[in-house]
Amino acid sequence: MDRLTKDDVHPKILQRLLEDSDITIEDALENEMILNMGPQHPATHGVLRLLLRLDGETVIGCVPDVGYLHRGYEKMAENMSYYEYIPHTDRLDYISPTANNVAWVLAVEKLAGIEVPIRAQYIRMMIAELARIASHLVAIGSFAMDVGALTVFLWTLREREKIMDIWDILCGARFTNSYTRIGGVANDTPPESLKLVKKFIDEIDDNLSECESLLNTNRIFIERLDGIGVISKEDALSYGFTGPNLRASGVEFDLRRATPYLQYDKIDFKIPTYKEGDCLARYFVRADEVRESAKIIKQVLQLMPQGEIKANLPKQVLPGKTEVYSKMEELIHDFMIVNFGINPPAGEIYSAVENSKGELGFYLVSKGEGHPWKCKIRSPSFIHIQALPHLVKGHMVSDVVAIIGSIDPIMGEADK
Amino acid sequence: MELKELIQQKLIENFPEVEFDYSEYRNELNIKFDKKFIKQVCTFLKDENDLQFLLCEDITAVDWAIRKNRFTVVYHIFSLKHNFRLALKADVDEADCNIDSVSSVWKTSDWQERECYDMYGIKFNNHPDLRRIYMPEEFEYFPLRKDFPLLGIPGSLPLPKK
Repeated sequence: MDRLTKDDVHPKILQRLLEDSDITIEDALENEMILNMGPQHPATHGVLRLLLRLDGETVIGCVPDVGYLHRGYEKMAENMSYYEYIPHTDRLDYISPTANNVAWVLAVEKLAGIEVPIRAQYIRMMIAELARIASHLVAIGSFAMDVGALTVFLWTLREREKIMDIWDILCGARFTNSYTRIGGVANDTPPESLKLVKKFIDEIDDNLSECESLLNTNRIFIERLDGIGVISKEDALSYGFTGPNLRASGVEFDLRRATPYLQYDKIDFKIPTYKEGDCLARYFVRADEVRESAKIIKQVLQLMPQGEIKANLPKQVLPGKTEVYSKMEELIHDFMIVNFGINPPAGEIYSAVENSKGELGFYLVSKGEGHPWKCKIRSPSFIHIQALPHLVKGHMVSDVVAIIGSIDPIMGEADK
Repeated sequence: MELKELIQQKLIENFPEVEFDYSEYRNELNIKFDKKFIKQVCTFLKDENDLQFLLCEDITAVDWAIRKNRFTVVYHIFSLKHNFRLALKADVDEADCNIDSVSSVWKTSDWQERECYDMYGIKFNNHPDLRRIYMPEEFEYFPLRKDFPLLGIPGSLPLPKK
């Protein structure tokens, strides 16, 4: 690793260092040390381990170490059917499980060429946007907690709890939902769940403003984040940033707009973009996206038609329980799908959706068998963690925590 | 369709010596060529002003188990200008298990190539830091190869030394 030069230190810190008459840059070089941060550090959002090379309190080098939560999900996918894998996608980005379910079934449907009824597509959009709100609320709350504002975390989790209640009524599970099915969703929306969604999105704007009022006028919060962890537009693209982190660097890129899937081309929404590329901008983007998602859900509820929630393809789509118990044909199909899988034709596809963290992609290779020949998960958190050394270089140790919080990695997804 | 033709035309113009194999599935364009040219082609696709494939989404490999060229390295790249995704493919044989790194083209490919090396054992030439990423350094196998059993190999993951 290189020695510290003046260019490596953040200008603010350099200024501070030079103002202090007792200390010079040359003196500081004598005091290098290696600090092991994680994997059990509470502020690393899971089991992320960072090795920091410090010069006093300034970070001059950083090596992230991932893999503490590696469960071999890509290997497991090669040995189970497409249906069996749906619950495992919950465990990738476990803060927004329904969005991952949607991403997986979209990939499988693209591979198998299945058309999904419009109502199911709108339900999927609704749960994906709810997951985005839930994820951003946790991101904002834990980010604020990382830099010392504990109350916000409690308040945003209170809001997230309402989403969990909606999921509970919608699909019977609060956390690991597995709500989508290949060709549709598991069950139609109970009327009271839609009422709850409506109530939630009517209130979220005010409730989020309440949380924001604790932060946006908080001088400590702003000063700890303003100008910290800056990444330029070019670097962000080169590092493969997607999602809110890319949009905070001034690139207006959103897969919902760029490559419309589901019914997003019928929805009117803005893509919040900030130019600064620092921690504060990443926080602002997330807060704005919560409001945009609420707007999307509002339109989804208006546009959602009545109708089927599963495609009528008996050889590929699991039948409902009542049909299985009452009809011979459906029983046979159920048996075949569960035991042998849906056998998409041989071929390979890459399907990506805009998840709350960024672009979640699945690369699937089929050989015409019941299980995928290869499944690769392109997880946004993995890609974002890679840029940490670039982001933290020249900052203080306390800024490292803020930067990790601002890029919002989820280790379940990064480690697969 | 026009953009796909443009890409093909540009590639033929600039790389007359390379044999490109185009295929399309589910409206996705795949281009397969010799692994020797991977870095040149990637650099060209990124820097060419009409195409601008600035975002490298994913690098991975497929193990075909019994085929002569056992692995295929797959690159998914995205052009923000055209909102278009392209898959580049290059075959790698087990006997000569290496391919040039593109980490100097896109910084993100650093870790993606490390992951690919960790899982398949494909070496990326001129990679700045080719270490295992998920598995421990002393692990001897490559888990996503088809000859690695699902249940793992007993004793292959030793406890940390005291």
